[in-house]
Amino acid sequence: MADIILNFTVNDEPRHLLIDDRDSLANVLRNQLHLTSVKKGCEVGECGACTVLINGETFDSCIYLAMWAEGKEIRTLEGLMDENGNISDIQQAFIDEAAVQCGFCTPGFIMSAMPIIESDEEYTREEIKKRLAGNLCRCTGYENIINAIEKVKKIRMEKQNI
Amino acid sequence: MYDIERIYQASSVDDAVKHLLEDESALVIAGGSDILVKIHSGKLAGCSLVSIYGIDELRGVSINGDGRIKIGPLTSFSHITNDEIIKKYVPVLGEAVDQVGGPQIRNIGTIGGNVCNGVTSADSASTLFALNAKIEITGEKGKKIIPISDFYLGPGKVDLKKGEILTAIYIDKEDYEGYTGCYIKYAMRNAMDIATIGCVVICKLDNNKSCIEDVRLAYGVAGPIPMRCPKTEESIKGMKISDTMFEKFGSMAVTEVKPRDSWRASKVLRLQLAKELSKRALKQAIDKWEVI
Repeated sequence: MADIILNFTVNDEPRHLLIDDRDSLANVLRNQLHLTSVKKGCEVGECGACTVLINGETFDSCIYLAMWAEGKEIRTLEGLMDENGNISDIQQAFIDEAAVQCGFCTPGFIMSAMPIIESDEEYTREEIKKRLAGNLCRCTGYENIINAIEKVKKIRMEKQNI
Repeated sequence: MYDIERIYQASSVDDAVKHLLEDESALVIAGGSDILVKIHSGKLAGCSLVSIYGIDELRGVSINGDGRIKIGPLTSFSHITNDEIIKKYVPVLGEAVDQVGGPQIRNIGTIGGNVCNGVTSADSASTLFALNAKIEITGEKGKKIIPISDFYLGPGKVDLKKGEILTAIYIDKEDYEGYTGCYIKYAMRNAMDIATIGCVVICKLDNNKSCIEDVRLAYGVAGPIPMRCPKTEESIKGMKISDTMFEKFGSMAVTEVKPRDSWRASKVLRLQLAKELSKRALKQAIDKWEVI
C-alpha cells in the first residue's frame, strides 16, 4: 500500500486528495468528499447503486480504483442541483412519477439516466431498458423509473427542436 | 479498502513488463471487473498487482493500409461496439461484446481482460475465434503474434508467461472482408448474465447468393475453452442454401462440441442449444447478406 495524491474534478470542482492506492472510487467519494449519494450496495458491480459518471460514461465506482480517476471528470448526483440548491428535472420526474420507494438505488438510476437524457439521440423504451440493465431496484418495479426517464427525455428533445 | 499488498501503476508496456519480471507473484489488472471482485470475495486477498489501465497506447481500434484491424486490449466493450471501424467491417464483434454484463461493466471491462481471463464463456472470445483473430504478446524479448486458438491452454489458462502481456488483437482483411456474422448468447436473463452457451457463425456466400462459399462456427461454453467446429464448417461449404443444409450444420455441430453439466445448465440442454443455435446463427448471418 501507499498514499498517493489524486488530482481530479468532481462535480466541476478541481480536487487534490491524499488517498490510499487500494481504495475504490466509491470509498473516496463517500468518505473523503462526503458525497453520500454514491451508495454501496453489492460492491461487486452488479447492483449499480454506486454508479457515477467518469468522463461522461457510467461506471460502478465500487469496482473502480480511485487512483485511476487521475485527471478525470467525475459527476455524482450532488452535481445535478443548480447553484441555488434546486434539484434537476430528472430528480423531480422521479418524484412526480413515484419512481422512488426506499430510495437506495435512486442516485445510481439517475446517474445511469444522465447519458440518455443528455444525448442528442432518441431512445426507444427498449433501448432505455437496456441502458438501465446495470441497475437493480428491489421495490419500485422499474416501470415508473422508465416512465420518469422517458418523460424527461421527451421534454428535453422537444426543447432542442424548438 | 481492497486487500491488496502492492499495486504498481505502469506507465508503458515496457514498464509493465519490467515490473512483472521483478515481482514474480504480481498479476496484471486491466479494467478490474474480474480481479477486484475476486479480491473482494477473498479469493485473491493480499495479492500484488501491476495496473496497466493507464497505458493509453493499449486503447483504441485502428486499421492499417492492408486492411488489418488492430484492437488495443484496453479498449472497453462499449468503445468496441461504438467504434466506426468495428461497425463497418466486423459488426458481429461489436454486437457480441454489447451483450456482456450491463452498461457499467461494458464501460470498464476490456476485451484484453476478457480474453486473458481464459474463460470459455467470454462473449468476445468465441467471436474472435470465428474471425481467426491473432494475439500479440509482448515480453522482455519483444513481440510475438500467435493465433487466438493457440492462446487458450485450458480453463482459465492462457499462454502468457512471466513478464508477458497481451498488447494487441489483430483481425486480417481476408478474415472479415465479404463475411457476415451473427452471435447468439443464450442466457437466463437479458443482462448481467454469463452465457449458458454462446454461438457465432461467420459466412460468405457465392456470387448468386445461393451457396455457402465459406463458413466458420465457434462456441463458448461448449467445451473447456472457446472452440471452432472445423468438420461442421467443411461439411456445408459449397452447399446450396436449403433446409437440408441447415439440418446438416446443426447435426454435425452437435457431434463436435463437448459441453458438460454445470449448475447453470445440463449437458443435454447445452447439446440441444448447440444444435439449434448453430442453425439460427447461420440463418441470421445469411439474412444479413441482403443488406450488405
